[in-house]
Amino acid sequence: MHATFDLDRPANLAAAFALLKSEGAAALAGGTNLIVDMRAGRERPQRVVSLDRLEALRGIRQTGGQVSIGGRTTVTDLLLSPVIAKTAPALVESARLFAGQMVRNTATVAGNIACGSPAADLVPPLFALDAKLTLVSARGRRTRPIDSFFTGYKTDIRRPTELISRISWKAPTSRSCALFYKLARRKGDAITVVGVAVALDVDRGLCTRARVALGAVAPTVIHAREAEAILEGRPLTPELIDSAAESASAAARPIDDIRASAAYRRHGVRVLVRRLVTQAWERLA
Amino acid sequence: MPKTKVLAKGKATAAARDRSIALRVNGRIVEVRTPPHRTLLEALRDAGFVEVKRGCEKGDCGACAVLVDGIAVDACLTMAWTAEGREIVTAAGLGSREAMHPLQRAFVERGAIQCGYCTPGLIVAAQSLLAKTPDPSEDDIRHGLSGNLCRCTGYAKVFEAIRDAASEMRGARRRR
Repeated sequence: MHATFDLDRPANLAAAFALLKSEGAAALAGGTNLIVDMRAGRERPQRVVSLDRLEALRGIRQTGGQVSIGGRTTVTDLLLSPVIAKTAPALVESARLFAGQMVRNTATVAGNIACGSPAADLVPPLFALDAKLTLVSARGRRTRPIDSFFTGYKTDIRRPTELISRISWKAPTSRSCALFYKLARRKGDAITVVGVAVALDVDRGLCTRARVALGAVAPTVIHAREAEAILEGRPLTPELIDSAAESASAAARPIDDIRASAAYRRHGVRVLVRRLVTQAWERLA
Repeated sequence: MPKTKVLAKGKATAAARDRSIALRVNGRIVEVRTPPHRTLLEALRDAGFVEVKRGCEKGDCGACAVLVDGIAVDACLTMAWTAEGREIVTAAGLGSREAMHPLQRAFVERGAIQCGYCTPGLIVAAQSLLAKTPDPSEDDIRHGLSGNLCRCTGYAKVFEAIRDAASEMRGARRRR
């Protein structure tokens, strides 16, 4: 690689925090973004702090109704975990369609979040789960909802000395359904054109909770808040679902780029929100 | 937008700390002298493991795939220093000329090779797949090879070879 930098492999979190304080330090987890960006000259850290020995950042746990996964959980770990299969099926679907095998084997959940890309596939399902992020640093820890983590295109509230140590969510009830769809040129190794995650809770014929999260159609992953409000508290009808889909499409702020036009993305949001909400509702009926 | 502060080019002066690292590759220890910013791909090729191919260098093509502790990774996206203390196996290390690995033999027998550049990575990805999924469906194979590109033949013969090898490996497991 043309870039030059120092590399450390701290054996514990305290040592990692000390290293992350130094000028131009960058944390390295799976490396599937950072190493590519360093090679291309987009990132020029002076010191790379590899997290590969930090076992504290691994592990998938369920305690009662609460699920918590370490930031260094890989995409493949998600695919192999019975806890994830049971509590986060939409996340499993996004993990299945994530890049290629070797990237899935190393790319981490925290890395996918921290890269800040609006096309990060694990993020819409985590929005739909109302996931919380635990950020740790030498000064302590704070927990923030994932939907308040991003501040703009590839920007977020994480300080350079902080790590996303855990991602957690409440295990859904049996009266809920979550789905994810990735619209892309291919099923494997493709960057998302539109990613939609939908989660519905149903109780006595009413939709009691609706989440509609959109990927790759705005500077960050976003909630389609108005669409969610349209669906909540009502029995869902085709007309209501249509109007939620229309609202989600209006909430999207897509751009034209090499992968698709903004108009196509807006259309994709409309079609996919309608399709996923209908499927989720029918499954719960 | 870069997450690390972008420094003027000449200012990225992290002293290149060349260091000798001991890599365990195909069952033997290899000493490689390498600075901290070298990738595992570069270190392995410097050490003569040229079956590990340099392709896209961004995790799309899979030509550089190696097993690290039994899991297929792209060597171009792994730093050499972080591979220290781990068990690395390349496509050549899976078997030998005298005792070929079922995947190596199946790729030859099925003619699942044209120019051969993607072959080592395909074999490594297939081995990683079969370790978790001994009897893969068509979809499982597709999923397992989603990070490997072949620009010559397409994948039909590759799929046949993997199915052959999987069935041979399942047979061997039953006999044991």
